[in-house]
Amino acid sequence: MTEPLLALDHVSQVFRTRQGEVRAVDDVSIAVEPGQVVCLVGESGSGKTTSAKIAAGLRRPTSGAVRFHGQDIWRLDHDAFRTYRRAVQYIHQDPYASLNPVHNVYDTLVTPLRHHGIVRTKVEEARRARDLLALVDLTPPENFLFKYPHQLSGGQRQRVSVARALTLNPRLIAADEATSMLDVSIRVSLLNMLKRLSSDLGVGFVFITHDLAIAKYFAWHGDIAVMYLGRVVEYGPTPTIINSPQHPYTRALLGAIPEPDPDVTRQRERVRLRTAEISSLLHVPPGCSFHPRCPLFEQGLCDTLRPELAPIDERREVACHVVARDHAVALAG
Amino acid sequence: MTDSATAPQSVTEATAARSNETVLSVRDLWIEYNTMSGPVRAVSGASFDLHAGESIALIGESGSGKTTLGLGLLRLLPKSGRAQGEVQYRYRDGRVVDVQRLSAEEVRRFRWQECAMVFQAAQNALNPVARVWDHMLDTARAHRSMSRAEVRERSERLLAMVQLEPRRVLNAFPHELSGGMRQRVLIAMSLLLDPQVLILDEPTTALDILTQRAIIEVLRSIRSELRFAMLFISHDLALAAELADRVATMYAGKLVELGAVRDVFYEPKHPYTLGLINAVPQVAGDLFEISSIPGAPPSLLSLPTGCSFHPRCGYARERCQTDVPPLYAVADGHTSACHFHSDVHLERKVVEAVD
Repeated sequence: MTEPLLALDHVSQVFRTRQGEVRAVDDVSIAVEPGQVVCLVGESGSGKTTSAKIAAGLRRPTSGAVRFHGQDIWRLDHDAFRTYRRAVQYIHQDPYASLNPVHNVYDTLVTPLRHHGIVRTKVEEARRARDLLALVDLTPPENFLFKYPHQLSGGQRQRVSVARALTLNPRLIAADEATSMLDVSIRVSLLNMLKRLSSDLGVGFVFITHDLAIAKYFAWHGDIAVMYLGRVVEYGPTPTIINSPQHPYTRALLGAIPEPDPDVTRQRERVRLRTAEISSLLHVPPGCSFHPRCPLFEQGLCDTLRPELAPIDERREVACHVVARDHAVALAG
Repeated sequence: MTDSATAPQSVTEATAARSNETVLSVRDLWIEYNTMSGPVRAVSGASFDLHAGESIALIGESGSGKTTLGLGLLRLLPKSGRAQGEVQYRYRDGRVVDVQRLSAEEVRRFRWQECAMVFQAAQNALNPVARVWDHMLDTARAHRSMSRAEVRERSERLLAMVQLEPRRVLNAFPHELSGGMRQRVLIAMSLLLDPQVLILDEPTTALDILTQRAIIEVLRSIRSELRFAMLFISHDLALAAELADRVATMYAGKLVELGAVRDVFYEPKHPYTLGLINAVPQVAGDLFEISSIPGAPPSLLSLPTGCSFHPRCGYARERCQTDVPPLYAVADGHTSACHFHSDVHLERKVVEAVD
């Protein structure tokens, strides 16, 4: 088997805070094939952002490995690491904070081009900047090249962020809720643009969202990893996860989403959680961390033993004692 | 009402509510802000009725005037804002007043006792050094004379209704509560003086999905129990689909479509509403193509001539550039400000069908 483009291999990230240790990411493994989209889905505090930053090499994990074409990125030599850095780009979730306010669009785009020696001449540089803006639908480019971030709308800023991420012809983009702060229409046009990058340029994505409807749309041909308190609790192909979720947390999330269709949303079956409140990462519950909220909770099992992510069918993995047992019983029966 | 109440039933409810008395009647409301670049019209000639016990969702993109309209109804506009038009309010005893003409003292009592508002992101605006109990007591006493015991009793009842533990929460400081809990505290607080109308501005924005769900369920159950009318402002169409009896779409300061929730979602008659619906992905069922509305909302300083939406509209013809569309009655209780409303049909493009 060939190595995936990028893989997180049992990655954990522990932050030391004044209140104690916080395990923001706990034993996460995911793999992204070339051109593939993997969505990390979960509530705030689920570790999806930290996982994406680890994937992009912006954070060194406390344990575990990040493999790029099978090579542990933190053991690469200088040149190979630089290659990885160029191939994997990160788009910040806040377009207001991620662009330097004193750089115009042109400077923002050509700085990485110069730094990595991709362009040799001014003419080449200007042409590349124009091409990049066209790629993200900021046309005509002349209208945008010399604008400063404050002269752009939120959606335009986000597009400049994407164009900057594309300067180095990346093979993978980690995008952190790139679309969540914007109005629906702007959000969709960005999403469709990113989809086009993925299909036309073959760019792979680690895409982070709390919205499973967005994940369904963006990653239909890819995978979804559902995260809860730092761990992946269900992982598999998008249609499988969306149409037949197995982990009680995935089911709860899918059932909880309000839908833009009055009949569908009012008739939907909802999973009743035992509590709406998410546990704190400072005091992660023992056993399965979802057990205080879980409708399938079984005392003595779920609050003592931590369920590991394990396959229950060809490609899907679930971390739940009850689901795994019922599944095994069904197979045996 | 049980959980099995399905949409057709809710719609019957809406029809029943429509025949009921109007509690808030807005007629030709205009709101302008004075800015350094000149006067800006944030709301242009809005007219609608809110019936006792019904729920209207006000949807639209940022800058469409939704929040301004909400603030205008309560006369909470900033100093630079000026409102014109009628906002008729009907008290429980049948008396009708024009909110615009109430004296300062009358407005103070009108707010909260008659018409309360939960502001956007207000869960972050609670006083950090005051316990929830102090907030409740201050709120109650600012608007009506109530004994401590009365406030206590009513706070506890309302907090229980929003699924919080009354005793624990009353003694808590805001930072001890999660965002979702604070939002529920605010909903309870807004209902402290038993208003007939509750205005909510983006009640679930920036909350996690499961927290959003808890808020939605709380609003649903507390409304069926207390029977107040609700006007909620949201850019989230799904929330409107969940909670509204009727939906009103705003664009560039105008109400461009108004109708029963199923009519608006299944047979939108304004291209802007149609565009919004086509821009929202759905979890259930087939995978639909979603598309954006081309262009961006206009600056309120320089609105396009004719129909403000025409530069972004796929249905626009010459007439749209010159004639301002009136609100056409397109069906029973359904209006649309589009000259070519009969051309507008919702068709969803299926990318992949799910069997």
